[in-house]
Amino acid sequence: MLEALEGSQALARAVALCRPQVISAYPITPQTHIVENISKLVADGKLDCEFVSVESEFSAASVALGAAMAGSRAYTASASQGILLMAEVLYNIAGSRVPLVLTCANRAVSSPLSIWNDQQDSMSVRDAGWIQLYCADNQEAVDTTIQAYRIAERCELPVMVCVDGFTLTHTLEGIDVPEPEQVDGFLPAYQFSRTLTPTNPISMGTLVSPDFYPEARHSHHQALLNAATEIIAADEDWGEVCGRRYGGLLKTMGDPEAKTVILSMGSVLGTLQASLQEYPQQESIKLVQLRCFRPFPRQAIQQACAGAERVIVLERALSPGSGGIVGNEVLAALSEVETRPQLFNCAAGLGGRDIPLDIVPRLLDAASQATPGHFQILDVQLDKLPQEDR
Amino acid sequence: MLEIRIHGRGGQGNVVAAYLLAAAAFEVNRYGQAFPNFGAERRGAPVTAFVRIKDSPIKRRNQVQTPDFLIIQDEALLHVPGVLDGLKPGGGILVNARQPISGISNDFTVATLPATGLAQKILGRPVPNTALLAAFLTLTDILPLDALNQALGRRFQGKILDNNLALIAEAATQVPQAAWADLQTEVA
Amino acid sequence: MQETTIPATNLRQKQPRFQGMTAGHRACLGCGEALGARLVTEAAGPDVMIANATGCLEIFTTSWPESAWRVPWMHSLFENTGAIAAGMEAALKAQKKSTKVLAFGGDGGTFDIGFQALSGMLERGHNVLYVCFDNEAYMNTGIQRSSSTPHAAMTTTSPPGKERMGKRHLKKDMVSIVAAHHIPYAATSSVAWPSDIRKKVRRAMAIDGPTFLQIHVPCPLGWGFDGAKTIEVGRLAVQTGLFPIIEIERGGLTGVLPIRNPRPVEDYLKEQGRFRHLFKKNDLRAQQELAHIQAIADHNIEVYELKGHGSSAFDDEGMTLVQRGGLRRA
Repeated sequence: MLEALEGSQALARAVALCRPQVISAYPITPQTHIVENISKLVADGKLDCEFVSVESEFSAASVALGAAMAGSRAYTASASQGILLMAEVLYNIAGSRVPLVLTCANRAVSSPLSIWNDQQDSMSVRDAGWIQLYCADNQEAVDTTIQAYRIAERCELPVMVCVDGFTLTHTLEGIDVPEPEQVDGFLPAYQFSRTLTPTNPISMGTLVSPDFYPEARHSHHQALLNAATEIIAADEDWGEVCGRRYGGLLKTMGDPEAKTVILSMGSVLGTLQASLQEYPQQESIKLVQLRCFRPFPRQAIQQACAGAERVIVLERALSPGSGGIVGNEVLAALSEVETRPQLFNCAAGLGGRDIPLDIVPRLLDAASQATPGHFQILDVQLDKLPQEDR
Repeated sequence: MLEIRIHGRGGQGNVVAAYLLAAAAFEVNRYGQAFPNFGAERRGAPVTAFVRIKDSPIKRRNQVQTPDFLIIQDEALLHVPGVLDGLKPGGGILVNARQPISGISNDFTVATLPATGLAQKILGRPVPNTALLAAFLTLTDILPLDALNQALGRRFQGKILDNNLALIAEAATQVPQAAWADLQTEVA
Repeated sequence: MQETTIPATNLRQKQPRFQGMTAGHRACLGCGEALGARLVTEAAGPDVMIANATGCLEIFTTSWPESAWRVPWMHSLFENTGAIAAGMEAALKAQKKSTKVLAFGGDGGTFDIGFQALSGMLERGHNVLYVCFDNEAYMNTGIQRSSSTPHAAMTTTSPPGKERMGKRHLKKDMVSIVAAHHIPYAATSSVAWPSDIRKKVRRAMAIDGPTFLQIHVPCPLGWGFDGAKTIEVGRLAVQTGLFPIIEIERGGLTGVLPIRNPRPVEDYLKEQGRFRHLFKKNDLRAQQELAHIQAIADHNIEVYELKGHGSSAFDDEGMTLVQRGGLRRA
């Protein structure tokens, strides 16, 4: 049954369904509603867990890490500056191969200060060694959160579920919240092979000399690559339970034979779909929702773009001085195929700028005018800038 | 698909109004979507929220640029630049005001409701949002009033709920039933 | 006198103590921190879980695949030890387990970079014993000043010179700051008084709530003294009044280790290379600093009423006798 829920409220319910034993968080817009809703579930006795209201995001991630090590399923959530303050701990969690789930309510990173949505925060920690899954709508965010725990615990890797701030977290829409029995059947009780216990004492986080460090890094890298299978399996198996599937690593929509592919991540996919309907194009177009950014699904992207002459990557962050982040990685993946499509890469909707309904014609227009490989901020209004900055 | 933009001030329950309206759609097996145009605003600052209502799932997430209807929770906001922007010709504007309003373009249909006064009388608090929603649904007939009552019942309980239900019933009598029913087919 | 011929292995078997941190680690000889950690884990017993900050202790007890720890132990980062311990405690609480969580940090990890996480842990009332091994500088990175470094001490980032007489600032009064969280128990101790450490660890272990123990652990390398003199130097720090041994419960002072005959601070300072510049002949600044440090000691003695009256089994010298079995008290 569809319930009308705010994204954050739905996410809180999804987290509660996973029966975490320890939750720690620090408030930050636009994540706040998630942890407020969780706090209320705890206060109302609907979720039995230790809710630790910490004094910083740094401690939020650390408490979750300590809890997971001591044998409890743990959860935290943050955004923007909070993700960056956590950064050191995020690397530590992943390097320790600790299963955790974190919701990133995607938001721009200061400076300039912006509380609104883009994906610069999660992109900035893409090398931390976490699995990163990006959700197109709140139903997917709910289902992905549940899948994330199984993926995390099977792979012994942390999973960051990326949900566009405001655009999803503060949007009320229809959500089918799963039944507790469905989740319990899908997600076994928390088990972690390296749980700290006095009866079998181990030392975690020891110094690792050059004799072993490259091996540790290799096995971490390999674990992330191997996680692709579990990500697909979790989507499949949860699909069996609830009837909803999201394509595993990525989802394609539109004409499978299309010569033009538009690839993006997160909530913009809905607007892209509506845009295609509202503004029918002469050429057929395929949409690719990149759901899993880490591990980066090279082969799946190659397959999704096979036969395309043009790939347009629309992203919500950038690496200043370089250009697109997702775009560069897609470009690298496509460089391995024989008939390599042209790639047009742009960012849009930075810092919460509305991505309008005519986004598809705008993209096609910009792509037809740009030199391939060139990166641009699609919706930048250069006339607002002094001449030398244009 | 109907698109509605709600203008209000921080503290007037703008976002809650948008959420309630979208939630009411689900009560009659239609689809709703609501989201705020959030700023870092504090109480009293102008705020905007968007609502879409449709018979099938809503994909788009862009802001509502060309609404069919406006709900204005504070008469003074009519004079804020941009408030009427994009309203479709023939679109309806429901304003929280004590007196009928003149001076708005003839392209639009305007109705008023003294919602703050009604709320003050029945709730004891000057929160106009539910009264305006009741009037809006009565005027447009896009959703039954009962759908709003049910949506309200999922969010509130006890005395707050009872008082708001009373307010909704009272507000619904203050505007002509289905006066805008044709308007929506025109604009939509 | 007859020679004893008990084999060493027998002695070890007969030793009743559980050792949470075992021999074979790579600490420097005479390391006060290694001794302190051993004493704490001995007293705490096996049913514990340790969160350890980055620092000497973490480095010299591990290097994968080796470890000196016989209790579950985890090192995460430098500045999050309080939070890691809080997370462990929350998890154990959720699982209804009684294992006690210990947090170990050096003075850098406690006074400076981990201060916020520690404060959060204390404020939220986690059932954790936080032990700060205070060797008064960043020893792991090679002796840089911390906010625990005493006034006028030389470190590599507070060197004496024409314009400077070592560290220009006072040692942070950490135990008072911790006590200001009104936690059940905050105390100081020194490796020169092992029985005092044991007593205080046991006390803290029995409390269901946040407790804090700051142990003075002389560092032969960082302070510049012979590794054979760790206990002697540690004892002098206390006997001069420069490192008061105190107990604070719920914010109120409830116990001190009295000093029978306070020693002049020179006795302590002259043992250590880090204060060498204070003993330069005919240097007015050196004399002023010595007077300043003496004033700090006098101040401690006064505010904590450290000066004992007459002989007591529980003053600084008496404690040593008790420990050696020289005195028995019911």
